[in-house]
Amino acid sequence: MSAVASKTLLSVRDLHVYLGQSHVLQGVTFDVPEGGVTALLGRNGVGKTTTLRAILGLVDRRGSVCLDDAELTGLATHRIVRRSVGYVPEDRDVFTGLTVAANLRLAERDGEPRYDLVYELFPELEQRSAQRAGTLSGGQLQMVAIARALLNDNRVLLVDEPTKGLAPALVSEVARVLERLAELTTVLLVEQNLGVVRRLARDAIVLDQGRVVHSGDARDLLGRPELVKRLLGVGRA
Amino acid sequence: MSTFVLLTLTGLGLGAMYFLIASGLSLIYGLMGVLNFAHGAFITVGAYGTWWTSVHVFDGIHSALWRWLASSLLGLVCGGVFAALVELILIRPLYARHIEQVLVTVGLQLAFVALITGIWGPDAKTFVVPPWLHETTTIGGAHIPNDRWVEIATAGAVLALLQLFLRKTRYGLIIRAGVENRAMVQALGIDVRKAFTLVFAIGGIAAAIAGVLSGVYFNVVGPDQGTSLLIFAFIVVVIGGLGSITGSAVAAVVVALVQQYTNYYSSGMGDIVVVLMLGIVLLVRPRGIAGAIVGARA
Repeated sequence: MSAVASKTLLSVRDLHVYLGQSHVLQGVTFDVPEGGVTALLGRNGVGKTTTLRAILGLVDRRGSVCLDDAELTGLATHRIVRRSVGYVPEDRDVFTGLTVAANLRLAERDGEPRYDLVYELFPELEQRSAQRAGTLSGGQLQMVAIARALLNDNRVLLVDEPTKGLAPALVSEVARVLERLAELTTVLLVEQNLGVVRRLARDAIVLDQGRVVHSGDARDLLGRPELVKRLLGVGRA
Repeated sequence: MSTFVLLTLTGLGLGAMYFLIASGLSLIYGLMGVLNFAHGAFITVGAYGTWWTSVHVFDGIHSALWRWLASSLLGLVCGGVFAALVELILIRPLYARHIEQVLVTVGLQLAFVALITGIWGPDAKTFVVPPWLHETTTIGGAHIPNDRWVEIATAGAVLALLQLFLRKTRYGLIIRAGVENRAMVQALGIDVRKAFTLVFAIGGIAAAIAGVLSGVYFNVVGPDQGTSLLIFAFIVVVIGGLGSITGSAVAAVVVALVQQYTNYYSSGMGDIVVVLMLGIVLLVRPRGIAGAIVGARA
């Protein structure tokens, strides 16, 4: 699937999810190669967030999810995460009743959490460590959400719409951090901002109505406006 | 004046028991979304565990104080272990199946009362307690039964210990975060089910303390004692705000004092006024007192 042949790190096969009466994922199948950023794209409501949540076991699902050929679907969410799968959720889901420091402490999974890296990328978080997360701005909350994932050494990081609702200056800042993240780990990125996708992603997978309708080189996809318009419903990338 | 002092301290004693029951209920609902109607059984286990061990295990201890303390300690252990077993055996297989959870906990509560009645009969059992507890201390002209001080002090100590646990330990941190967003706690790689069992055990111990103290307060323990206290504890939890320990403490004091004052000054209308108060809170501030004290959550 990638222009550069890479080892498959995360393999998703025939993934089905029902939410109530709705058949949200209808046999989603794709591979995420090791290293770099793979973008998971699609219009609103096609199942991108549900795919990430299904990989983590946060929703009931049928099918197969393998990390390095090891099956994950039989495991509870916390065990999947402990196999070095990090998650930055769409709505940040920072614990607003806890301080910034407590949010980070809660996320510590490894013996040596990488606070140096976190504070190098987000020096503001060190200054605000005693502040209650509920009083932070949207951009600062996103920093905490990403920092929680950065603290640990992840094999793969699932990042869901990290630039959603952020001001343009913050979008650029988040993209810079994600670039740095991609040097450290494999990222599966759900993102609506195609400028960010163009900057970061090596591969792209496109979902429509709960199915994969395209996969391949991200720049190749974004360089074809008609295909982008047909698959993603936007005029220009 | 002396009547007012007596009513206030008796109300605080009753509020202490409401808080001890409500704190566990509130944490269990806040973290797990489980409306635990079997919480009354935890109270009964604590009370009967204390009574039974006092009569059959520690009957050789001559000091009434040591006998009471030793049997109370075993009663608390019984309450904690029973609550943890209820979570592991009955609640864990039913996560996210709220109707079934309600049915199981209601069923357990009813069955437990029947079981206790079947084994030890419907008659209330007399507690052996240190004589000092039944003596009085005169404050502002009012003769205050000494057990009220023990109830108030115990509830204060439990509140302080719970806050210390929730704020200073990793499990406390997990519980506070889990009350806010359980799924995200799991997504951080934390086995939240261990926290569930722990919260049930803590709730069971707090309820068992309430069971022991209710035995002192009412002088006896009976099969239905847990059920009658549970009703007011649920009201306290809703008024205090689900998941908030501080809210439960404030609401327990308010409910118990209103109940005492109204019962005295308007011929036993206390229960009705408390229910009215619940209705008003649900209409005006559905999130309860904790909606106003967000920073003090858990």
